[in-house]
Amino acid sequence: MRGDLVVIGTAFSYLALLFMVAAWGDRRAEQGRSLIGSPTVYALSIAVYCTAWTFYGSVGRAAQYGPSFLLIYLGPTLAMLLAPFTLRKMVRIAAQQRITSIADFISARYGKSSRLGALVALMALITITPYIALQLKAITVSHAVLMNYPLGADTTLDNERFWMDRSFWIAMVLAVFIILFGTRHLDASERHEGMVAAIAVESLVKLIAFLAVGIFVTFILFAGPAALLAEVAATPALMHSMRLENVPGGATGWVGMLLLAFLAFFTLPRQFQVLVVENVDEQHLDRASWLFPLYLLLINLFVIPIALAGLLLGEGDPDSFVLTLPLSAGLEGLPLLVFIGGLSAATGMVIVETIALSTMVSNQLMMPLLLKVKGLYSGRHGRLADWLLNIRRVAILLILLLGYLYHALIGDSYSLVTIGLVSFAGVAQFAPALLIGLYWRGATRQGATLGLLAGFFIWFYTLLLPGFAQSGWLEASLITQGPWGISWLSPYALLGLSGWDIYTHSLFWSMLANVGLLVGISLFTRPTPMEQTQAALFTEAMHPHLPTTARWQGQTTEGALYTLLVRYLGHGATLRVFTALDAPLGDAEAYQRPASGELITRAEQALSGSLGSASASVLINSVLRGEALDMESVLTILDTTSQALEYNRRLEQKSQELARVGEELRSANERLREVDRMKDEFVAMVSHELRTPLTSIRSFAEILRDTPDIEAEKRQHFLGIMVLESQRLSRLIDEILDLARLESGRLSLKPVPVDLALVAKQSSEALARLHDEQGLTFEFIAEVSTAMVLADPDRLEQVIINLLENARKFADTQQPRITLRIYEYNGAFRLSVEDNGPGIPVAERENVFEKFYQLKLKESPKIQGRPKGSGLGLPISRAIIHHLGGKLWAETSTLGGTALQLELPRHSV
Amino acid sequence: MANVLVVDDEPNILLSLEFLMSHAGLTVTTAPDGETALLRIADSSPDLLLLDISLPGISGFEVLEQLRRTDTERHLPVIMLTAHGREVEREKGFALGADDYVTKPFSTQQLVDKVKALLNERAS
Repeated sequence: MRGDLVVIGTAFSYLALLFMVAAWGDRRAEQGRSLIGSPTVYALSIAVYCTAWTFYGSVGRAAQYGPSFLLIYLGPTLAMLLAPFTLRKMVRIAAQQRITSIADFISARYGKSSRLGALVALMALITITPYIALQLKAITVSHAVLMNYPLGADTTLDNERFWMDRSFWIAMVLAVFIILFGTRHLDASERHEGMVAAIAVESLVKLIAFLAVGIFVTFILFAGPAALLAEVAATPALMHSMRLENVPGGATGWVGMLLLAFLAFFTLPRQFQVLVVENVDEQHLDRASWLFPLYLLLINLFVIPIALAGLLLGEGDPDSFVLTLPLSAGLEGLPLLVFIGGLSAATGMVIVETIALSTMVSNQLMMPLLLKVKGLYSGRHGRLADWLLNIRRVAILLILLLGYLYHALIGDSYSLVTIGLVSFAGVAQFAPALLIGLYWRGATRQGATLGLLAGFFIWFYTLLLPGFAQSGWLEASLITQGPWGISWLSPYALLGLSGWDIYTHSLFWSMLANVGLLVGISLFTRPTPMEQTQAALFTEAMHPHLPTTARWQGQTTEGALYTLLVRYLGHGATLRVFTALDAPLGDAEAYQRPASGELITRAEQALSGSLGSASASVLINSVLRGEALDMESVLTILDTTSQALEYNRRLEQKSQELARVGEELRSANERLREVDRMKDEFVAMVSHELRTPLTSIRSFAEILRDTPDIEAEKRQHFLGIMVLESQRLSRLIDEILDLARLESGRLSLKPVPVDLALVAKQSSEALARLHDEQGLTFEFIAEVSTAMVLADPDRLEQVIINLLENARKFADTQQPRITLRIYEYNGAFRLSVEDNGPGIPVAERENVFEKFYQLKLKESPKIQGRPKGSGLGLPISRAIIHHLGGKLWAETSTLGGTALQLELPRHSV
Repeated sequence: MANVLVVDDEPNILLSLEFLMSHAGLTVTTAPDGETALLRIADSSPDLLLLDISLPGISGFEVLEQLRRTDTERHLPVIMLTAHGREVEREKGFALGADDYVTKPFSTQQLVDKVKALLNERAS
């Protein structure tokens, strides 16, 4: 019904158009008028994410599992929203280090390790092959559906005669096409501008095609979404399939799928290529971060209507609904457009993926091998650049052949979506090394390598191997019963973890091993200086003062560098490196002139852009004499700005601290000296006070000894004085000891609830006889009946007696008068002892509480001749009251003399 | 008979000194503080002064200083009595012109000997 020639002719015309776009883009780039300097082109090129899998498979998955297919697009949406934190940094690092692929990126991060690069390249190759196979399958199947409708599409392969197989020829045509516009230039870091332009066009074509089907199905086949939904509502089985919880594995399945898509968006080689390697301007991320999610929204808009319509009309395989629905309506043009859209989605993916993979194969796998063969690069076998191009061309061919083989041998047992998810889970293994390496300086090469190996092995065992079993290449019992019947080794239920969908299950175990080993091993391994340098350059990439790459310290000549570059890059690129620094070219002295550090750095960057960082590093080392890298200079430059500020701040802080400590020491010293002086003074005062009674005692004792004939009356008088002075002496010693204990805190008071009024009454009564002898008027006023306080009763009595004695000494000599008053004040109890003596001048009030203080002012002649105390009574009283939590102070009495006030907190029961 | 003025604020010490001096055959006057002491010196012009340092009001040092500034009593023999045993005070006393310095508690016999010796010195 449709001529095969028309279909094939249209397909080739479309490929030719793409090629022209690419060629045009490349020419514009060479002229310096880049086509891709627009963020919109950048965003469209990212849409290479939507492959034939999206184009055909989304409808298939929606028909089977409902809206869960959206998770595959929510992951990248999330990733783009987080672009300022992750992608921006990756883009900047790639530009600084001239990164050519994700393998190069990871290799560069871990000390430009060529082994790690080779590992990642190999893993990418294994992981992506099924994905390429998937695209070949999609093209083959869609072509068969288009040709054979309404008959079922017979896509079984004739293994005997592969040259009769369409997919083989599709693979070959694509190989030629990719070789034509993928390997025109060697320098991968000079970007494939033509390719990016072509991909942008492809993204538009597949979007238009898909929207066209969607609009046709929704608005023409059915009378709008409402009508479609009404018909669906009449079919309960369909309603059920569209429910959200219909995702395999339930809630864990949702999270697993989202995470899987999120991680794969960074780590798929083609995504890394368009997002990071082909990015020409960091600012493009800003628009892409909303434009790309918008693209995803548009292309998914009609997935569910198409799926529902297909299910309603019973149109065979859901993966082909996009084609069969317009075909069933008898249309001619639209199915062709859909076929081109699908072809577009498939070829776009295959082109970018294959270019990315071939770059890895040549830079990470072949170059390190070639560099091992010493003669190959030090000999004079002409331009090695041609070698590299040929390696890439062969690699492209081999990758597509591998894809074809996978498709031919295994592909039939999986649906489109399944193959895609297997690849997603595989490339997700790069994510820990990539993302953790971006932020954690401590991640080491050994950690990354072991993590990758372990994660990859688990992925292989839990997803890829069961695929072989399902295809009949291995025993199906491997899945159902586990290898050798060991059930906990079953690939879909490792360690008995069952009930999860196979992707989340695989992702969980592989990530656990991957991240665990990366972090665990990194903590216990020491990075080499090169690793430390690169780790610093990567993690600090957003630092404004970062040097672009590690500094070279060795010695070489300009001539040696020139020869090296010409052999690997050709004359044009070499010329650009030298003229950028105004270095003269090709003169006789070039081989004597030492190359500047900047020139060496430039040369390494240029080589990195073509060969990958690991090989470039090896090559530069080969012409360099002396130490290769100076990590410290990098770190120094990094640290000078931020750390100098920090250092200054700390220094200032330290000197302030020092000044403060010095001040503290000075004042502590001052206090110590003061305490020392006070101690000396105290000792002097004590000795003075002790000597006074002792003098009387000794004098009278000697008088009595030397005067045997003294009259009896005098003898009695003198002996009486000696007894009194002895008592005074022992009282003084007691008081001094009391005070010393109080001041050192060694005096233990035993506070119990006690009635202040009662103690005051008892104390007053003890002194009543003395008062009477002196003719003193004593008044006891208790304004409260009880005044419960917490105090040591003996000590409290000592204090009150002290106060009364003090008052008695200073009361008026003619009509002595003392009032003791107990009252309540502000919730505390107070006791005041007032006398009608001369009083204490305001300035002296606090001094009376000092040790051995005696009022001896000229202005107070009235106090002369009064009995002297030890000068310790009030200080001891105050210390006791303080210990009990109260206060003791002096005021002017209403009686004219002194009022000593005591306050103790109320004790409430 | 020589006249001795004893100045001390401790009544018991004053009493013992009074007894000692009169027992040694001297005439004794007493003063409890510095100001009284200066009045007594002006009144009775004693032949010797036993002067305590710690006194209410003006101290013994001040009394001595004032005496040495007057024409009449510049050469009055003074024995300082003190409970302060510190070397600095002894030196201060001598610097102000004290003739002797006795630390409390003292040997009564030695004190009497010193008083007698000083009086003899002046008499000759």
